[in-house]
Amino acid sequence: MNDFSKQRIINVLAPLTGLALLIGLWSIVSLTSTNNFPSPKDTLLQAIEVFKDPFYSNGPNDQGVGWNVLSSLKRVGVGFGLAALVGIPMGFVIGRFDFMSRMFNPLISLLRPVSPLAWLPIGLLVFKGANPAAIWTIFICSIWPMIINTAVGVQRVPQDYMNVARVLNLSEWKIIRTILFPAVLPYMLTGVRLAVGTAWLVIVAAEMLTGGVGIGFWVWDEWNNLNVKNIIIAIFVIGIVGLILEYALIKIATAFTYEEVKS
Amino acid sequence: MSESVNTKYLEIQHVAQTFKTAKGNFPALRNINLTVAKGEFVALIGHSGCGKSTLLNLIAGLTIPTQGHLICANREISGPGPERAVVFQNHSLLPWLTCFENVYLGVERVFGRNNLVDRKTKEDKAQLIARTQAALEMVGLSQAAQKRPGEISGGMKQRVGIARALAMEPQVLLMDEPFGALDALTRAKLQDELLTIVANTQSTVVMVTHDVDEAVLLSDKIVMMTNGPSATIGEVLKVNLPRPRSRVALADDTAYLGYRKAVIDFLYTRQVHVEKV
Repeated sequence: MNDFSKQRIINVLAPLTGLALLIGLWSIVSLTSTNNFPSPKDTLLQAIEVFKDPFYSNGPNDQGVGWNVLSSLKRVGVGFGLAALVGIPMGFVIGRFDFMSRMFNPLISLLRPVSPLAWLPIGLLVFKGANPAAIWTIFICSIWPMIINTAVGVQRVPQDYMNVARVLNLSEWKIIRTILFPAVLPYMLTGVRLAVGTAWLVIVAAEMLTGGVGIGFWVWDEWNNLNVKNIIIAIFVIGIVGLILEYALIKIATAFTYEEVKS
Repeated sequence: MSESVNTKYLEIQHVAQTFKTAKGNFPALRNINLTVAKGEFVALIGHSGCGKSTLLNLIAGLTIPTQGHLICANREISGPGPERAVVFQNHSLLPWLTCFENVYLGVERVFGRNNLVDRKTKEDKAQLIARTQAALEMVGLSQAAQKRPGEISGGMKQRVGIARALAMEPQVLLMDEPFGALDALTRAKLQDELLTIVANTQSTVVMVTHDVDEAVLLSDKIVMMTNGPSATIGEVLKVNLPRPRSRVALADDTAYLGYRKAVIDFLYTRQVHVEKV
């Protein structure tokens, strides 16, 4: 057997072993548990049932898993989009002007470590509604990585490029368009990726608190119904959607990262 | 243009440069006086750390001197500008633009808008494209126009850098060890190309180098600098070799060898380089 095929077997075998380990542990827990912890098999059968009709709707409190995921994604999309609209230009300004950086850095350092859920009551107070409050929470948690990464990217634009801009005497707008933006894009996309990851973590918690339609609310609702199988299904759905978001953004980031200039 | 402007096209008067560092002030250059005539090719040579690049950055306007004045075509240099184009040591092409776009960036800036100073009206897009193509053709890179810098060799990148600078039709071309990072054969080829281009364009050139042969082969005047800190001009050597110059013919030319010996004497006998830790 050559090294290449050996490597291929390892590539397939290792993840499968990990998966088998998870299912094994899960089976042991469900066999030894006294409080009806569902087995992997029961959960799979239930999952097939759930995914047979993911888009049914029996009123606001009983909708298919598809609707729940979609409305969570919609909240993340709106909150995240607003955060990008505000955060990315702000990152540019902070990175470009020393005064702005000194002005905003203490505020960012103070507010960034705060758990996004702590902002939920403020959102409820100001926006007087569960849905805008959840979007507000997503906005707050996803804005920090975008501001910080964009600002760092702007500060790390190689001095050589800026010297080119100075020798050519380019206008500030032209500098932003042809030098800063492409140079900062990889950093910005890292910020976007971190922000989406956090946003997807936070939306579940936020929806548990606010209710309505959404994957987080679904988890909480099934807990109230004591339907543990659906909770486990929800965990897998949340994980898989998060994985897809992450993967898509990594793909976008690599497409926009240019080979570093080497002399 | 009057005679004095032609002989004193670029004038450096009592220039000193001190950098503020964490360990206090660092005097890089002191008492630099130099004049460059229009169309002259000047090489700045010296050991590393002698402030050659610092002086070039001052002429480029990227830094402002602590003392003294730099004057170009009767105007004081107060900042960088496209009339003093720079070929950077590491070419500094923008990796997300094609070779064409990199050159076009400079062409568009210089010729794509109304120039109130020389009363030139802006050129249309076709003219700008033609200028860009001509510049790439001059350095022999028409074929690579649509490639990105990441896809071409180091020598080709450096040639795009030269094309970008030349396409702006600068009054002064500033080159900071433009061939330093290249292998000996590519370097020789580009030096020959540069000789031809400069002969055709009659450009005024200031070039930083640490290569003795390069300095003698290319320049009309070699400015030899003393070791830093507080470096200054040690000696100025006029190179009176007829042009066009041929590397092969000059290889055993006594005048050429004499100039070469003079530079080597200066660098290795009178200014022995001591590397400080």
